[in-house]
Amino acid sequence: MKLHKPMWGLIFLSGLSMADTTSYVAETCGGCHALQEVSKDVDERINRKGSHLYYAGNKYQYEWLEAWLQAPTQIRPGGDYPLNHTLVTEDGDVIEADSLLEHMILDSDQAIKVTDYLMTLTPFNELLEQVDYEPKAISQSAGEMNFVKFQGCQSCHRDDPEYGGVSGPELYTAWNRLQQNYIISYTQNPELWDKNTMMPNRHIKNSALEKVANYLKVIGESHE
Amino acid sequence: MNKYKFILILCLAGFFMGPALANDASLGKKLYEVYCTQCHGMEGDGYGINTPDIDVLPKDHTDTPEMMTRTDEDLFKAIKHGGKAVSKSVLMPNWDANLNDDEIHALVKYLRTLCCTGE
Repeated sequence: MKLHKPMWGLIFLSGLSMADTTSYVAETCGGCHALQEVSKDVDERINRKGSHLYYAGNKYQYEWLEAWLQAPTQIRPGGDYPLNHTLVTEDGDVIEADSLLEHMILDSDQAIKVTDYLMTLTPFNELLEQVDYEPKAISQSAGEMNFVKFQGCQSCHRDDPEYGGVSGPELYTAWNRLQQNYIISYTQNPELWDKNTMMPNRHIKNSALEKVANYLKVIGESHE
Repeated sequence: MNKYKFILILCLAGFFMGPALANDASLGKKLYEVYCTQCHGMEGDGYGINTPDIDVLPKDHTDTPEMMTRTDEDLFKAIKHGGKAVSKSVLMPNWDANLNDDEIHALVKYLRTLCCTGE
């Protein structure tokens, strides 16, 4: 694993105001994460090194983000741009795990301050307000059938640590990581959130979309 | 039109259209790398990083006889509207929200270089 350049500035983050946190985040996270909206440009996707954070407050769950910053794990098995980590072998293409970037670790105070700040970034409230979703209980096997066979999500996403595609973020912790309405809205219209997304808009009808989210709930709760 | 004028027009057309065609090919290759290689492979042979856990083997774009049975229109339709639109696997997604028609045409041209010209 390669280690991100240390964010030395954050060592001094404790005791600083929100304004100070803003500048620290811009200085130390901005190199890999977009903190402002980006234009449509495929090169932006190719050069991306981290998830967009300018709508972090519309996307992540506070508790998850605060905990993750203190003990980061690999969300994207293929990295933020899989081609940068792909090796062609005689057995087919594979991800070169050693080339994946490892996120830096924050201490508790730093994680709280950074999370507090990131959760203020909410440019897409309107998209979330359009969602009308109430989770429902479904069987894991029925949800899996929809996820794998009908919607084809597993082609790019893992719904189990050992199974599924590696080009997209793993989804077995998505329920704990992401806000429920974000899951619905992003899956329905990914290009409205991320102009350069590699996720297709499958034009999924609401009932099928809710089944996907309900399945993420089932598998997410089993990974808590 | 005398033959000199005709030759001059051809030269001018080549001068102005050559870079455009080259740009198109370059764009098609770049888009293929971003949107297609995960499943269809870096070399277009159907063995991408996602392939081991996909129930339907992604199409081998280097399979000349198979690809020659597909018209450019078929390929355009499959990319824009997904595999289901051409009676193929639903696992091939529609890219209509990610790519405009010019970009899809550039992808189709690049597919032809993978399958049928050996470039």
